[in-house]
Amino acid sequence: MSKVYESAAAALDGVLFDGMMIAAGGFGLCGIPELSIQAIRDAGTKDLTIYSNNAGVDDFGLGLLLQTKQIKKMCSSYVGENDLFMQQYLSGELELEFNPQGTLAERMRAGGAGIPGFYTKTGVGTVIAEGKDVKSFNGEDYIMEEGIFADLAIVKAWKADTTGNAIFRKTARNFNQPAATCGKVCVMEVEEIVQPGELDPDAIHIPGIYVHRLVQGTFEKRIEQRTVRERA
Amino acid sequence: MPWDRNQMAARAAQELEDGMYVNLGIGIPTLVANHIPDGMTVTLQSENGMLGMGPFPYAGEEDPDLINAGKQTITELPHTAYFDSATSFGMIRGGKIAMAILGAMEVAENGDLANWMIPGKLVKGMGGAMDLVAGVGRVVVITDHNNKKGDAKLLKECTLPLTGKSVVDRVITDLGVFDVVEGGLKVVELAPEVTMDMVRERTEAALVG
Repeated sequence: MSKVYESAAAALDGVLFDGMMIAAGGFGLCGIPELSIQAIRDAGTKDLTIYSNNAGVDDFGLGLLLQTKQIKKMCSSYVGENDLFMQQYLSGELELEFNPQGTLAERMRAGGAGIPGFYTKTGVGTVIAEGKDVKSFNGEDYIMEEGIFADLAIVKAWKADTTGNAIFRKTARNFNQPAATCGKVCVMEVEEIVQPGELDPDAIHIPGIYVHRLVQGTFEKRIEQRTVRERA
Repeated sequence: MPWDRNQMAARAAQELEDGMYVNLGIGIPTLVANHIPDGMTVTLQSENGMLGMGPFPYAGEEDPDLINAGKQTITELPHTAYFDSATSFGMIRGGKIAMAILGAMEVAENGDLANWMIPGKLVKGMGGAMDLVAGVGRVVVITDHNNKKGDAKLLKECTLPLTGKSVVDRVITDLGVFDVVEGGLKVVELAPEVTMDMVRERTEAALVG
């Protein structure tokens, strides 16, 4: 059975449904699953709950699904780059659950590893701890956070072989790795699909067991903050 | 004369030690990287998944796959290593990062820190700040001593939602250096020509020692 699909729309066919939970990779606009986001917009799937560190910008990344009001709830650590998000949140159209960044990453990792809950000291004594179980270990308080078990993971990698063994590139790895593990189905988009044997097995970042559907495409890879130094 | 932003960053750089792994927050803390003493090896962590953060790239050499936690384009160094976000916060929460240098909206005399939201006004999110203050070995805050309206930022109690409870070890402001100790803030050092009277007048937190 081939994991390779001809487009993101084809890879997502049959897995999308209204009200679903999606875990998305990416940090800011770096390493985001551009193709799947566009395909979900085109499919019109609604009432989505999305676990993603950020919410894109107004006209790119997950901002596209905010424009079309397909998102019911975002679970993120930082949404400061998106004015549309702010408008929809302040007007009550959009639910928001803030997760500390490390807690969000660990919730994805835990869900992917079959761990329904874990204790962390992040957020103890803050609003994040409200309503959460507190337990003391060696005299220090920790709060319980729950693993994320998503219906679908959408991630972006650099290269993969046709069995889904994949390699990320530089800081574009970020949330793609934990997100890929926590979905019932993982759709991965890559810049290049190669044949098995072409990637060094010792260099694989994520083994193909986590990857169900693969798409090769071209990417805009928009830069959010272009910062440079002068040549001396 | 109070320190300017660069002088505050230079003072914060004195907190660095050879061989340290450090996370620098956005804003003035980022400037600390410009003041790492020659001959000292300090490895900067960027919590989006990198150890060994290099300077900004030259124009034309920007790589969209290589950014820092402030989403700015950066470069790698010979000893750079990349990893995923769960691993990144594993090393933060696990106490492997020696120090974080962060900005603040408010700091309380018991070390409480508020730097992530103003209810009804600023709803951006905490990013990695809550994990950092909970996990790293030492938390140093760099902040203006007073806000733009002139109100004290070093308070008896924070009024804004907390980033962490009793987490700050040292505060560096334009007026001086203050340690969080039993009973309040201890004055460690004053900027040139800054007097204790000036500090008392512009501080709400209890000053001790």
